[in-house]
Amino acid sequence: MSLAQAAAAPADDVLLAVQGVTKHFSGVTALDDVSLDVRRGEILGLLGENGAGKSTLLKILSGVQGPSSGRIVFDGAEFSPADPQDAKRLGIVTIYQELSLIPTLTVAENVFIGRAPVGPLGLVNWRRMVEDSRQIISRVGLDIDPRTPVSALSVAEQQLVEIARALSLESRLIIMDEPTSALTETEVQRLLSIMDLLRKDGVAIMFVTHRLEEASAICDRMTVLRDGRLAGHLERDGGPIQIPRIIEKMVGRAASELYARPTEREIAGGVRLSVRGLRTVRDPEAPHAIVLEGVDLDLKAGEILGVAGLVGSGRTELARAIFGADRIAAGTITLEGKPIAPASPADAIALGIGLVPEDRKHQAIFAALGILTNFSVAALGRFSNGLGFMAERRERDALSEYKKMLSIRMASAEQAMEGLSGGNQQKVVLARWLARDPKVLIVDEPTRGVDVGAKAEVHQILVQLAQRGIAILMISSELPEVLAVSDRIVTMRRGRITGEMPAVEATEEKLMELMALDRRQGRAQ
Amino acid sequence: MSSTVEPRTGGGVNMTRLLMSFGPLIFLAALVIIFTVMKPSFIDPINIFNIMRQISITGLIALGMTFVILTAGIDLSVGSLLALCGMVAAVVAKGGAANTLSLSAAGGTGYGWFAALLAAVIVGALAGFIQGLAITRLRVPPFVVTLGGLTIFRGLTLTISSGGPISGFDPSMRWFGNGLVGPVPVPVIIFAIAAVLCHIVLRYTRYGRAVYAVGGNAEAARLSGLRVDRILISVYVIVGFFAGLAAFVLSARLNSSEAVAGIGYELTVISAVVIGGTSLFGGIGSVGGTVVGAALIGVLQNGLQFNNVSSYTQSIVIGLILILAVAFDRWLKSRVRR
Repeated sequence: MSLAQAAAAPADDVLLAVQGVTKHFSGVTALDDVSLDVRRGEILGLLGENGAGKSTLLKILSGVQGPSSGRIVFDGAEFSPADPQDAKRLGIVTIYQELSLIPTLTVAENVFIGRAPVGPLGLVNWRRMVEDSRQIISRVGLDIDPRTPVSALSVAEQQLVEIARALSLESRLIIMDEPTSALTETEVQRLLSIMDLLRKDGVAIMFVTHRLEEASAICDRMTVLRDGRLAGHLERDGGPIQIPRIIEKMVGRAASELYARPTEREIAGGVRLSVRGLRTVRDPEAPHAIVLEGVDLDLKAGEILGVAGLVGSGRTELARAIFGADRIAAGTITLEGKPIAPASPADAIALGIGLVPEDRKHQAIFAALGILTNFSVAALGRFSNGLGFMAERRERDALSEYKKMLSIRMASAEQAMEGLSGGNQQKVVLARWLARDPKVLIVDEPTRGVDVGAKAEVHQILVQLAQRGIAILMISSELPEVLAVSDRIVTMRRGRITGEMPAVEATEEKLMELMALDRRQGRAQ
Repeated sequence: MSSTVEPRTGGGVNMTRLLMSFGPLIFLAALVIIFTVMKPSFIDPINIFNIMRQISITGLIALGMTFVILTAGIDLSVGSLLALCGMVAAVVAKGGAANTLSLSAAGGTGYGWFAALLAAVIVGALAGFIQGLAITRLRVPPFVVTLGGLTIFRGLTLTISSGGPISGFDPSMRWFGNGLVGPVPVPVIIFAIAAVLCHIVLRYTRYGRAVYAVGGNAEAARLSGLRVDRILISVYVIVGFFAGLAAFVLSARLNSSEAVAGIGYELTVISAVVIGGTSLFGGIGSVGGTVVGAALIGVLQNGLQFNNVSSYTQSIVIGLILILAVAFDRWLKSRVRR
């Protein structure tokens, strides 16, 4: 990640100044006396763990909420938008993770939504709209027919359309909330280079991200929040801002304490799960999905096997195939020496396989339901008697046992799951599987959306589970995590296994090379 | 470590949660008090039992509908299905489809009340099963499948009965509609038993947990090993069963099965469930809420009638209450989320 850096903008060219902003919510202080500024023609990184106050600040800047106290100056004038529409009109556009385009409409219609060019009779001038849109989207390097419906575009392309629309609205500050989280590596590079172009054009960008590498590669300066307070500002001096410095600011301690280096553990167990020649077919309903090709894998009892791969490498598809969630075209899966062919998750679970899915909100938790229901849902058989009645005492006892073991911070068993932090939700999901005492546990991105502090806890839990003899397949796109937690690592790219090594021999560079061999060629063009 | 304070566990929120569970009940109590003040005879046991009997037919179906709506589904066919099941029960009870306008039982030709009851609930459950299959296998949304069912079942009913009513049942069958146990009407007892059973199933069994889970997040339920399709089919079987049971009780009460019975019942039933706090998005709700919701509609109808409010105005008031109840629910939830 090394993009050409624009010359730092002059410090006096401040576009947005946030001065001592505080926000209270029913007794909780979400933001406490935070100040920062964004200058014309620069990219400011806004970083912080979940719950650090980033989203609150974004809500204030995008006009969703007002601050409790403090002052915001935008382009020399007091900035206090009445609503998001007002904020946009004043020149601040926020692009959220969940894009705000209307999928059934075309690119042109989306770009000109609410302001379509009209002819003398008040009818829409379609030709002009299409031509103008073509020009607008070319500014972000998009060369697609503006008459394409947005639903046919990739997430990355949709994002660019949104940015283009923002530019056409003469926005002077573009706030991007986690823009790269759903992009492939190539798409990330493309987005970053477009951000770089915009910066040279004098556009100010606030880049909110979890991905430290990207932040380090592109940002001129960074503002780091911690627990609702300002943790500090970081500035480039010569080279990019170094990642350990960012982590230290984010968590308030040195990064070296966070990730323990792997130690060689004695794995006593034999092979528990074995995959040979696994192949999947293209699903007509999901034509963009990755197809697995000839995947071989051995997972030993008591071992954590890390699967490192970028988005789109087939790592999630591998998990879903083993778990019976996707159809298998060819190949064999053997569990404890016996061939298995799970046709549904229910089958796989009955065989002793568990899955902690990647997308917690949509695939794992029941947000509005209580923690107890969330916990026991996969083990209803264990917590009920022969007549189908729940043994609630036993259920509650088990939950409080796991609560202690995994140090889950919760108010009560009835508390709605959505009230927990990401880390605690993830622990409840882990407890769900532990209650079944699985033979194999597949964890897909176990610490996505989890605070840095809780991350380490989740890692410890995984190691403990392995020590109890569970075979763990851990899929992750965070290399430090793969390196710290795994005993052995395989890399995947384009649906194939591209490498395997013991974790003690692995380095980020080695893994990255195996995960993204064609990345260099792509960049050389 | 991240010992951040969870902002949603304060005492104020518990109060809101309490309101969420008892909101409709408080509303119901207030209505009863208002109507009693307006006309003290409102609270007479005779009138109260009258209200309870009035609500027991739609109340029975609403119990089944609670299961369906908990899975984020809907069943619009229940009114027509009630007519179909009632007609089938009548045919079985009378031993044939010969239309008769005489209200006396033609002695000795029918198969008795038990066969009639059995036929009604089996037809109801079967209809639900078929609709459930269409929803899960053909992937047609419940709204559409049951909208189709609404016209199909009505058409079947009219075909069986040639458009007319079938009347005149045994006293043993009529007892289920008109009988009393002590002062309590039999339909009320049937409704009460059914409500308790449904409450137990939803609250205390593994199956009940699965229903909530499927409604809460179907994909997560599937990835947690639940057989989502089977559970979805089962809730339509349950609501069909209750439509059959309600049909039997209604026919027994009217001593007649009408081809045009139950028109518009689906709306009363869904209103009762929704007023009772069950979310149309699934996962949230309870049998207790549905009973209260059904009672609320019953009390409103009866109380307005009692005070000589025209049935036209009644419709307006009930519609307004429905919207207000859901708006209140939304507002409470938005407070909890924040």
